[in-house]
Amino acid sequence: MGAVPISWFLTLSAVLFSLGVAGFLFRRSIITVFMSIELMLNAVNLSFVTFSYQLKKVDGHLLAFFVMVVAAAEAAVGLAIILTVFKNRKTLNIDDVDSMKN
Amino acid sequence: MDVILFLVFAIIAVVCAINVVVQTHPISSAISLVGVMGSLAVLYLLLGAEFIAAAQVIVYAGAIMVLFVFVIMLLNAGAEVQKGRSPMARFLGLPALVMLLGLLAYFVQRLFPRSDMVHFGGFTGGSPKDIGMALFTTYLLPFEATSILILIAIVGAIVLARKELD
Amino acid sequence: MDSFIVISLIKVAVVFAALLTTLAYLQWVERKVLAHIQVRPGPYRVGPHGLLQPVADIVKLITKEDLAPPFANKALYLAAPFLAMTLALLSICVIPFGPIIQVGGVRTAMQLTDLNIGVLFVLAVSSMGVYGVALAGWSSNNKYALLGGLRSAAQMISYELPMSLAIASPLLVSNTLSLRELVEKQAGGVWNWNVFHGPFPQVFAFVIFLIAAFAETNRVPFDLPEAENELVAGFHVEYSSMKFASFFMSEYANMITVSCMATLLFLGGWIAPWPAEYGSRFAPSVIFGAAGLAALYNGLNPRRRRDRYSFPVVAAAAFLIAAVFLIPMTQEWLLPLFWFGAKTGSILFLFMWVRGTLPRFRYDQLMGFTWKWLFPAAMLNLLATGFLIAWLS
Repeated sequence: MGAVPISWFLTLSAVLFSLGVAGFLFRRSIITVFMSIELMLNAVNLSFVTFSYQLKKVDGHLLAFFVMVVAAAEAAVGLAIILTVFKNRKTLNIDDVDSMKN
Repeated sequence: MDVILFLVFAIIAVVCAINVVVQTHPISSAISLVGVMGSLAVLYLLLGAEFIAAAQVIVYAGAIMVLFVFVIMLLNAGAEVQKGRSPMARFLGLPALVMLLGLLAYFVQRLFPRSDMVHFGGFTGGSPKDIGMALFTTYLLPFEATSILILIAIVGAIVLARKELD
Repeated sequence: MDSFIVISLIKVAVVFAALLTTLAYLQWVERKVLAHIQVRPGPYRVGPHGLLQPVADIVKLITKEDLAPPFANKALYLAAPFLAMTLALLSICVIPFGPIIQVGGVRTAMQLTDLNIGVLFVLAVSSMGVYGVALAGWSSNNKYALLGGLRSAAQMISYELPMSLAIASPLLVSNTLSLRELVEKQAGGVWNWNVFHGPFPQVFAFVIFLIAAFAETNRVPFDLPEAENELVAGFHVEYSSMKFASFFMSEYANMITVSCMATLLFLGGWIAPWPAEYGSRFAPSVIFGAAGLAALYNGLNPRRRRDRYSFPVVAAAAFLIAAVFLIPMTQEWLLPLFWFGAKTGSILFLFMWVRGTLPRFRYDQLMGFTWKWLFPAAMLNLLATGFLIAWLS
């Protein structure tokens, strides 16, 4: 029964977070951008639960729970907004939703 | 044993996360994101967070991602077409990502000594009973606030997605 | 550590062998029950009383041509039935079939694993089951399959809500999430079962759970998304041979899972209806003996010529089983298994009975029913249960 150093969990969280940032900045499809946001939220959840293990308190689990609830509410409203944008602009490419530009 | 479990599921999580960012078709990204969430649920179990692991699968992977998959199927979103990437993004993108990652990993390794070890069963305070006790005593105000937040989200989603009565 | 692994592997082998045989013969039972409701004999020719019909079906399905539609997403098309089958079989892992027993010097529980969040595990697996249906509908590259798959998936996630609330009510009464402890708290007799006992008998929760279970497993009256004469059979229209068979097997496995959950949560699991001091150990023998006598009587006054030979064989088998129940050595594990099987079997019979009796809901009626009536009813039930438990203790 080996044991895993805590820094490995935090490094994994950092890797997932930076992959989420990369997806958020580089992808053009709005649904993929939204999924990268969810990936970032998951990475932060992993950090919360890891710190809760280190400090031996349950508060980190509670914060992760609230992050999940907020992510659910955000996903619902965000996807409704995406549906409305698609209905009006007929495209899911964020570069094409630029009628207010210049 | 714990090391093997961690390595296997961490590698699955990273590969699926790379897949989310790299795949062109949104449905492949969505399925890969479900894979990330599943492997994170296993890592939560390793950290003694059994309720959060179950909530992750039930809420995140089983409801939120189903919502994503629904929207992708309803909109019939095809594979993304890459047009007009700026040269700065193309050449500085990957090095900037690697630099960000390196900075974060370095600071994590500096700040957290290797004496803190995680083994399965090290923390037993993550049972539903403990979560319930904390949720309804210390965190009662955030709990009530999130219930109002969910109500706002429901009303907002229904208003945005209904048919216009012209 | 090694003996734990060996015992677990043996338990896995036993449980899955029993489960897969039950799945195959559950279809035979369903066809016979439906047939007798509709006053016709049902499968009758393949083997005595159609008992080899499942074998014939399996052989037919294996030897059918295995097509894939053109331009279908091959990876998801192949993964969807596999995913549906895996998730359907996964929740059997935490279901307890009996108490902790001693078999040949080894002390083990009649359960593959006892998680202390067993109920959450079953809920999690059933939430993931939506993916099998949705991906099957989408990857078939067929607009009817897509519509059927989306409708079915929306129905499943809508009915998860009243089901979770209906599960939460007996959890308030029993105060535990582990499935084994849930049953052990209902020990005693029929008056201790969660559906009859406590400050607030969980009758409403039981009814709401059963209705939600019908919808979760896509059974009549909620089977519009996959009925044969609606929408060209829904999400599995483009599947053939073994992939189609695995969707069917996953539907029956889901039925078995929700029946087992209803038994554990509401009907007291493997606990006999009256305590063992008053002779509940002899009840199975009496039941099987009566069945054997009925079969013998029908064999001696046959209505059809074939019955003269087959019914006495059935009678002999029933008497043999009744005798096996009287052996004290096997009573420790056979009796709880009998009661668990009897209760689960009654709920499965209810599934088939309803299939033969009720017409199906239209899709908007179905969705309106859950969001306007079932979900508020489940919430009110949870509220009443919580209030009464807090007030009376």
